[in-house]
Amino acid sequence: MKPFVVHSGITAPLNRANIDTDAIIPKQFLKRIERTGFGQYLFYEWRYRADGTPVADFVLAQSAYQDATILLAGPNFGCGSSREHAPWALLDYGFRAIIAPSFADIFYNNCFKNGILPIVLPDQSVQRLFEQVELRGSRILTIDLPAQEVRDADGTVYPFAVDAYRKKCLLEGLDDIGLTLRHEEQISVYETTAPFARSIVSSGV
Amino acid sequence: MADTGKHFPRTMFDKIWNDHVVREHADEPTLLYIDLHLVHEVTSPQAFEGLRLAERQVRRPDLTFATADHNVPTTDRREPIADPIAKQQIDTLRANCAEFDIPFADISSVDQGIVHVIGPELGLTLPGKTIVCGDSHTSTHGAFGALAFGIGTSEVEHVLATQCLQQSRPKTMEVVVSGSLPLGVHAKDLILGLIARFGTAFGTGYVIEYRGPAIRKLSMEERMTVCNMSIEAGARAGLIAPDETTFAYLRNRRHAPPDVEWERATETWRKLCSDPDAKFDARLEFDADQLVPQVTWGTSPGMGADVTGRVPDPADVEDPTVRQSTDLALRYMGLQPGTPIQEIAIDRVFIGSCTNGRIEDLRAAATVVRGRRVASTVHAMVVPGSYQVKQQAEQEGLHEVFLAAGFEWREPGCSMCLAMNPDVLAPGERCASTSNRNFEGRQGRDGRTHLVSPAMAAAAAIAGHFVDVRTFAARA
Ligand code: SF4
Repeated sequence: MKPFVVHSGITAPLNRANIDTDAIIPKQFLKRIERTGFGQYLFYEWRYRADGTPVADFVLAQSAYQDATILLAGPNFGCGSSREHAPWALLDYGFRAIIAPSFADIFYNNCFKNGILPIVLPDQSVQRLFEQVELRGSRILTIDLPAQEVRDADGTVYPFAVDAYRKKCLLEGLDDIGLTLRHEEQISVYETTAPFARSIVSSGV
Repeated sequence: MADTGKHFPRTMFDKIWNDHVVREHADEPTLLYIDLHLVHEVTSPQAFEGLRLAERQVRRPDLTFATADHNVPTTDRREPIADPIAKQQIDTLRANCAEFDIPFADISSVDQGIVHVIGPELGLTLPGKTIVCGDSHTSTHGAFGALAFGIGTSEVEHVLATQCLQQSRPKTMEVVVSGSLPLGVHAKDLILGLIARFGTAFGTGYVIEYRGPAIRKLSMEERMTVCNMSIEAGARAGLIAPDETTFAYLRNRRHAPPDVEWERATETWRKLCSDPDAKFDARLEFDADQLVPQVTWGTSPGMGADVTGRVPDPADVEDPTVRQSTDLALRYMGLQPGTPIQEIAIDRVFIGSCTNGRIEDLRAAATVVRGRRVASTVHAMVVPGSYQVKQQAEQEGLHEVFLAAGFEWREPGCSMCLAMNPDVLAPGERCASTSNRNFEGRQGRDGRTHLVSPAMAAAAAIAGHFVDVRTFAARA
């Protein structure tokens, strides 16, 4: 996993509530068996008409946001299915962070596993950032994970909270599985005492 | 856990969680043991690939169970799968299961079906277990008093490799449902009504325990419908305490404890329910007596109305964010503000999914359909949730009721719930669907989905538009 420390980039505004994972990556593109290559399908049905021509006024089609790496969105971002293809598509497209007033649980969790930083800011701060980006054209934001702050071009600082363990994993790009396997002995001990750790296969297949 | 003699009132969630803690350490998430890992073709290939790249093994293939359901065709299974990419995913799962020695209900197997339908059917889902699957509707299994939740593919890989998950402890919420469901009002109306009232995020960060007299009266199928859609309220999981209804359902299921262990098992399961004085972090109340059949009009499961109601007018909505999403939803759905729900004409009907593809759902729909004909303007289909459901329905002659009325009778799978297989809405088509999500494009690009109960879907199929099944069912 690519570590996330300090990141500055262009911010794309997508001012809608409840952006669900079907919108982020429609299911017709879930059939790949790799983790990469999903970026071309990100927000597909908003980006392209049914005949495949691009929707010119969709935010990602506008030249100002071509190289966006930060996404600014409305509340309950990432609701819907557990598909990790959603963060894969965002990452593959180039996004490293998402700022929203709130996120759906599974999506929020999936972001950290893929080196994307989801940032929860209060509603008012998000609205202010939308104004900055959309009306004033001030598109560059800096995200400083060690300091836990977002900074805009004016120097306004927006502090955010992040779980200490997740922060550490992102900063160091740590592999969860490797960390858990360090405790293999404890897992084995648990298995000898737990009621259900017995095989499902033995009771009848 | 050892009984210290001291009385700490605990919720059902606390009990299950505490029983599964492998390791706890300050500033780190808890390492939680997983008793059952269900696997399907769409969210697993990258996880198996990850294992191979890291040269890791599946720790407990014997606690893992796989099936193909999401993109299987629902037409004759003896035909080759036409979509080459769907075929590749299913072939990949088959090969992965063979390589890692994981039990697999292949598409030709009599055990095949939607993963959340077959888990309970096979008795794999049991009270007190921790259950995960790379699918958000894993919350379904909470109906048995199992702590069950959806995970992403990285976590699928993590569970395959370690049989554990790193989890932070969620908060608990009790949703107390008083009264009982009136005639013609079903579990689907209950969960849709709850979400319409409290919003699609009221459960975010919580594990919900559904309690109260209305819940106790629900059958297992109905409880599964309620828990299934907990995720649509944002919750991590839904739970219902196991009771005699649960035990009667599980008895003699293939993987349920055999007779010699049965007494001891039920005795343990009875102790799972929340202590009377246990504290929840939040509480909501809801009255089932007042409930009316529900129909969603928008593009989020919370955008619902009573069947006797009307499509809302964005101009009446005060909150600007809600007004904007209402407006966008109505435009997408092609609906005029103020339209009576019962004047909305439909083109398609889909009865199926892990929410409402079980035997009781098909019985409820068949009761409405019997002796009637599907409207000439409607294309209607029934897709059983599993082979077992299909067989049972055929034994009861339900398929004949559906076929005689003009419904299609299909092979089991997720089908038009997410339309990854060829069962897709055409642009602009309007569907009465018993599934769980009405997101834009969910059932096909520019397709319009209205979520309803199986009885309401059946009535709409006959009438050609939404009708109040409470009065419709009685009409000759
Ligand atoms: S039926 Fe629908 S919701 Fe259920 S598992 Fe299949 S796709 Fe997911």
